Amino acid sequence: MPPTEQRIILKFADQPGYANDIECYLRHGGYEMLHKAFDMEPGDICHEVELSRLRGRGGAGFPAGMKWKFLDRKSGKPIYLICNADESEPGTFKDRQIIHKDPHQLIESMMIAAYATGTKLAFVYIREEFPEGALILEKAIEEARAANFVGPKILGSDYSCEIIVHRGAGAYICGEETGLIESLEGKRPYPRIKPPYFPAVLGLYQCPTIVNNVETLCNIKHIIEIGGEAYSHIGTPAATGTRIWCVSGHVRKPGYYEFAGGAITLGELIYDVCEGMRPGRKLKAVIPGGSSAKVLRADERFHGHLKDHTSFDWGLKDIPLDYDSFMAVGSMSGSGGVIVLDDSVDMVEALANLNAFYAHESCGQCTPCREGSLWMKKITSRMCSGEARSEDADLLVSISKQIEGRTICAFGEACSWPTQSFVAKFKDEFVAKASEAQSQATGSENGDRLI
Amino acid sequence: MRILDLKPETLDRVEAVIPKYPVKRSAILPVLHYLQADLGYISRDTMEWVAEKLELEPINVYEIVTFYPFFREQPTARRIVRVCRTLPCALSGAYKICQKLQTELGCTLEEPSEDGEVAVEFAECLAGCGTGPVVMVDDEFYENVDESKAEAIAAKIKGDKVANSTETSS
Ligand SMILES: Cc1cc2nc3c(=O)[nH]c(=O)nc-3n(C[C@H](O)[C@H](O)[C@H](O)COP(=O)(O)O)c2cc1C
Ligand code: SF4
Ligand code: FES
Repeated sequence: MPPTEQRIILKFADQPGYANDIECYLRHGGYEMLHKAFDMEPGDICHEVELSRLRGRGGAGFPAGMKWKFLDRKSGKPIYLICNADESEPGTFKDRQIIHKDPHQLIESMMIAAYATGTKLAFVYIREEFPEGALILEKAIEEARAANFVGPKILGSDYSCEIIVHRGAGAYICGEETGLIESLEGKRPYPRIKPPYFPAVLGLYQCPTIVNNVETLCNIKHIIEIGGEAYSHIGTPAATGTRIWCVSGHVRKPGYYEFAGGAITLGELIYDVCEGMRPGRKLKAVIPGGSSAKVLRADERFHGHLKDHTSFDWGLKDIPLDYDSFMAVGSMSGSGGVIVLDDSVDMVEALANLNAFYAHESCGQCTPCREGSLWMKKITSRMCSGEARSEDADLLVSISKQIEGRTICAFGEACSWPTQSFVAKFKDEFVAKASEAQSQATGSENGDRLI
Repeated sequence: MRILDLKPETLDRVEAVIPKYPVKRSAILPVLHYLQADLGYISRDTMEWVAEKLELEPINVYEIVTFYPFFREQPTARRIVRVCRTLPCALSGAYKICQKLQTELGCTLEEPSEDGEVAVEFAECLAGCGTGPVVMVDDEFYENVDESKAEAIAAKIKGDKVANSTETSS
């Protein structure tokens, strides 16, 4: 029997007959937590979120309660709340499910967060490629406004807050929170340098701003429901609550699966939940947290110490699904997008595919990122068209090392890590490409073309 | 104020969206979305119109239109087919499907179909990786696109065109 999911965020999403309109949501206890929150002091709500130890689901895993605490409330400037619905990290497709199937869960949670932080105007920044999602959200907000859950004098109180659905226009960098803010200000989405531009202090229009991911925000209503303390007992102490893992690539049953933090291992996810590899195929590698996360080899062994000093000795399958375990093995849980590669994959082609993505999406502000991402793309593409050279592997690593740590935003790391880890872990394939080039044989023989 | 040949509802949407934002400039993306949906692309004239509307310099609009991949400065095909090519979809055969769609629709990634009706483009991850390959035809989303689904998508696009031309000729 595969481990059973613990669905909190996706509890209703796929239930037969569950619709995304407000009547259905209300029939399932919707907006009761907004009522409950409005009977609390905003500061007490923030305290519950802190107690819950909820961490961000957008990529960096930063504690939400701490972020909210950093809000500069003394400046007297308006405070803004932004829901990051840009969902563009390759391998990630959970926010789409929430927006399409349970938009009111997000709106209720956003209004609780807005009330707790003192926000008068909130935004959902949604990628252009979710046209239907934007319409669904707009309709849901209208329904919520008609029911006095959004807009002026919410639930008869003195508190008012609007939500604007703001559509992007096809640029991945708008997912980076300061790029997002620039985009929302009507400018090119060039990320801002931190410090000083931490959104909680100098965000939208230089005002204190909270940016949280869709899934992160959805947790808020559940924290209000059971209390921060009780919430913190779901999962493990450093990975509280549930997480939606998105599995794509070469498994028999790709999809999105919600489990409590640390409840299962990567092996259980791949082999039991996703029913393992296709017939006749073997696992080759896993990219665990969206395309930027460092790749892990199927036959690697990982040793070391966790944050609590306990030692571990794991194979790939033994890695528990939580933030710190993936950090401990030198990768990250990132956005929760698990990309599975089987033995049909040509790793140079796979990297060339990702490098094409990063070269396309670099915003171009920082020379190392703009030029380096393009060079890495050109080199890996050339390697895949029969022109690999023996020095390419080292050249790739050298370029990636000159990007990492030298850029304004974390895209620099995001575009270097695939190259660094692919070459380090599959060096033989990069070297073999060069000798193949001499013998004219190229490309994967049995797998799909990747570039 | 310069005049653009807009549908009245487009103008209404533009007028309605600007005051929602604390700062006019923030409305630039929604305004450009509405204008491109109506006019098909964003011309220099359109950019200047937007600049006047939002009290900006034309360069402030130009830099937006040129940065964001979604905005086009030239008219293009009436129907746009976007095929996701990023790794998870590629692992499920996206490149083959893209080829198939080009053949079926009589176009290449560089050139739209001869009648200018349809263009096929590559897209980066569309956040549907669990059901790849995924394809968008204008605003419509298709998942698990195999060869036969690709044929059906192409047939539907061609069918829509025939339906359209009989409508306009009758
Ligand atoms: C290049 C880049 C792309 C990002 N894309 C997204 C995204 O699509 N969605 C998202 O929620 N966060 C994304 N992030 C993370 C955001 O910057 C930010 O950390 C997050 O929205 C904060 O929300 P959380 O704390 O709730 O996770 C991205 C970060 C980087 C560096
Ligand atoms: S690291 Fe890359 S994406 Fe980030 S600001 Fe610099 S150029 Fe732009
Ligand atoms: S890779 Fe195609 S939808 Fe994500």
